[in-house]
Amino acid sequence: MPRGRQVKLPRLFAGRSVPIYLVALGVVVWLVALPFGSSGYTVGVVGRILTFGLFVASLDLLVGIAGLPSLGHGAFFGIGAYAAALLAQDVTAVGPAQLAVAGAIGAAAAGVTGLVTIRSRGIYFVMLTLAIGEVARQLADSWTSLTGGANGLAGVPPLQLFPWGGEIVIAGHIYWYVLAVTALGYGLLAVVRASAFGQALKGMRDNEDRMRALGYSVTGLKLAVLVVAGGFAGVAGSLWVTQLRFVSPADVGFATSAIALLCVVIAGRGSLWGSFVAAAVVIVVRDELGTVIGGRGPLVLGLTFIAAVYLLPRGLAGLVPSVLRQPPKPALGTGGAQ
Amino acid sequence: MTEWLSGNLVSILNGVALGCLLFALAVGLSLVFGVLDVLNLAHGSLFVAGAYAAWRLADDGSLAGFGLAVVLAAAIGGAGGLLLTVATRPLAGRSHLDQALLTLGIALVVTELVQSWFGRDPHGVLPPLAGSVEIGGGYPIYRLALIAVGVALAFAVDRAVERTRAGALVRATVCDADMVAAMGVNTLLVRSGAFIVGGALASVAGVLGAPLLGASPHLDAQVLLLALVVVVIGGLGSVRGALLGALLIGQVQSLGVALAPRQAPFLLFGAMAIVLVLRPAGLMGTRHA
Amino acid sequence: MSGPVSGPVSGPAAAPAAIEVRGLTRRFGGLCAVDSVSIRVEPGARHAVIGSNGAGKSTLFALIGGAQRPSSGSVYLGGDDVTGLAEHRRAQRGLARTFQHANLFGPATVAANVALAVRRWLGCGYRPWPDRRRERAVSDRVAQLLETVGLTGRAGTPAASLSHGERRQLEVAVALAAQPSVLLLDEPTAGMAATETRRFVELVQALPQTLTLVLVEHDLEVVFGLATHLSVLHLGRLLADGNPEEVRADPAVRAAYLDARSLAS
Repeated sequence: MPRGRQVKLPRLFAGRSVPIYLVALGVVVWLVALPFGSSGYTVGVVGRILTFGLFVASLDLLVGIAGLPSLGHGAFFGIGAYAAALLAQDVTAVGPAQLAVAGAIGAAAAGVTGLVTIRSRGIYFVMLTLAIGEVARQLADSWTSLTGGANGLAGVPPLQLFPWGGEIVIAGHIYWYVLAVTALGYGLLAVVRASAFGQALKGMRDNEDRMRALGYSVTGLKLAVLVVAGGFAGVAGSLWVTQLRFVSPADVGFATSAIALLCVVIAGRGSLWGSFVAAAVVIVVRDELGTVIGGRGPLVLGLTFIAAVYLLPRGLAGLVPSVLRQPPKPALGTGGAQ
Repeated sequence: MTEWLSGNLVSILNGVALGCLLFALAVGLSLVFGVLDVLNLAHGSLFVAGAYAAWRLADDGSLAGFGLAVVLAAAIGGAGGLLLTVATRPLAGRSHLDQALLTLGIALVVTELVQSWFGRDPHGVLPPLAGSVEIGGGYPIYRLALIAVGVALAFAVDRAVERTRAGALVRATVCDADMVAAMGVNTLLVRSGAFIVGGALASVAGVLGAPLLGASPHLDAQVLLLALVVVVIGGLGSVRGALLGALLIGQVQSLGVALAPRQAPFLLFGAMAIVLVLRPAGLMGTRHA
Repeated sequence: MSGPVSGPVSGPAAAPAAIEVRGLTRRFGGLCAVDSVSIRVEPGARHAVIGSNGAGKSTLFALIGGAQRPSSGSVYLGGDDVTGLAEHRRAQRGLARTFQHANLFGPATVAANVALAVRRWLGCGYRPWPDRRRERAVSDRVAQLLETVGLTGRAGTPAASLSHGERRQLEVAVALAAQPSVLLLDEPTAGMAATETRRFVELVQALPQTLTLVLVEHDLEVVFGLATHLSVLHLGRLLADGNPEEVRADPAVRAAYLDARSLAS
């Protein structure tokens, strides 16, 4: 009987060459060491990049891995942000509690709306997700007693790590908290993507009908990935509030969803590290150059969309030469039949 | 019942007028999607082009100016449609998401251009037919005329699609584009034709709608959203579906908002969600996207 | 298997048919793709379904598999009424099918394609964390299946890069992965060269007798070489149904179908 090990199946750490691991290690070291010798401002920018990157990665799980093009993912980010803000204001500002609640609420919202959206495919699915995002934004806008209406919630209490501990106000410390959470999130997402569930999602993306014929419950898969993506988005929203200490309906609406989607396209669908790089690009352009461009934000955004679609058909991930990505495949079938 | 009707007649009529506008806008969007499989989020920009043409040429309410605006809008819309055909050609075979982002980018750029040329303020446009009719305390003649035009347009488009050879080609391409190409039909002609006609219709709708909605830079997003909802609930590629959807959404936005102003934000999307849950391919959808 | 046993009442000793359809009809608008078809497939049979293009064969498979719902009529799997059952549930009950047009996971490798099917069968298809031990079992089974169909050397190739014949082989591997009790083969030799067809026939002949086969075929040499039972569809209706020699001699079948085709390959 031929040895199964000769058959290469996707695994978590398979197929990456040494240079990639070195680069990754370098990035991690740089990220951890950042607060030493950087201003609070820089640390804040990187923290926001990491957070938004996690949000984009959660959307990529939906769009790039599972093939579900959502234009309303911002809803779960925003719902998580509001949940964290309200929790901090009314109950506790303990970080892990905020994360848990925001993640749970994001996941639940995604699951409940998913029951409606997964019945449709293609453009109809896109429209439904757009609708849900819009409804969420309008809810945030009009439910003034809960959400502060159009003004949002400001002055959210600062982060606490433990119920008995003090408030964390040093930018560097907040940053490390954000880094730890996003690193954990990144790791979890990588694990999910490499798992049997992740393979099933890709199968569903490539050929939904065939998955059904193989006995997979496509409905179950869609609902599950929506819940997971919604949970991660909620966690990202909580981190966002921890840093900005402010949340408004704009965080829930189409603007957030569209920017995240742009990041997914720039990153290249299905690329986990690409999500963070794209988030870096977009946040730097929008926030840092925003003042330089002087209110022409939408124009730049529009031109970026156009450029990205024409010039980066497979995103940044498509630009990485394949030589860097994987070692050459070993010869198969040695010693066995054929 | 009749009291309720006469009490809300104005809202209902407004809803029909809005529905006619939305139909003109949606039919182009639906055709482009059905024929070219392209999701065109720049469609609202074509509408805005027409609205501004009406403002520049006919804001004083002259009929001649208005007519000129219609002609100019048709030309601009058609040209815009042609440009979009070219712009989306390299994206053939790529996902709807890519097309959505490209056309979204184009729409954002156009909005910025409009703002820098014409300023950010909204502008009102006087209707070319002044005066009102004794319905519900004075109903503008122009809106009735608009309804009449809308009905005529719906009739004309329906006949064109159902009865002419061009229409048959369009319907066949919606059902199975590969088959039509295999038959030796010049699909490029069909594709650009759909974009040009759809674009012209959108811009003309912008002119016709200017007395109701005015001209403002962010009008494109508002009407695009409505048109998308109409197209989705009507069923992609279906002219009759677009009409049904347009009338329904017109009523939701008009009568619905009048009857339940506090629930206004949710009505639109609630209607869409309900339709899609019951009929996942739209009211008259013929195929899955 | 779970579910009510509501199969045919044709005698206390009769084993339930592997597949049975009764009065199965499928209408599309004005067109009747499958018209009141009733067929019984015995367990272990090699049951062929032939008919000209448009005769309704692929639609019949779609109805049996559950990809489409019938306008009327019923479908039985191993004696249980599955007419209302979703496609993936029928697959879980031991029904597998191959598809006429390439219906694989294009970007994924040959091995990954088969692995998807194997994981479902092993019950770990949804596991969200990596499992070394299970994946080894999956790998072994994938290697086994690839050897059965003769694709071992192509394990790492993306499915989209395969030749036509190789794709057909992959289809069979994927279908067999779930250890089905019933296998529907939709025009498996379409577009195959003579050598490939011969290999395929050998493959089919080597399949266990416990596996019931239903195949739609145009290649009459394959049909008459393999089939134990033959059903002829014409314009959606069942024209003849019985053992191959009887059907071959049936004048109605000759008139509608066989005479227009050469029996020599």
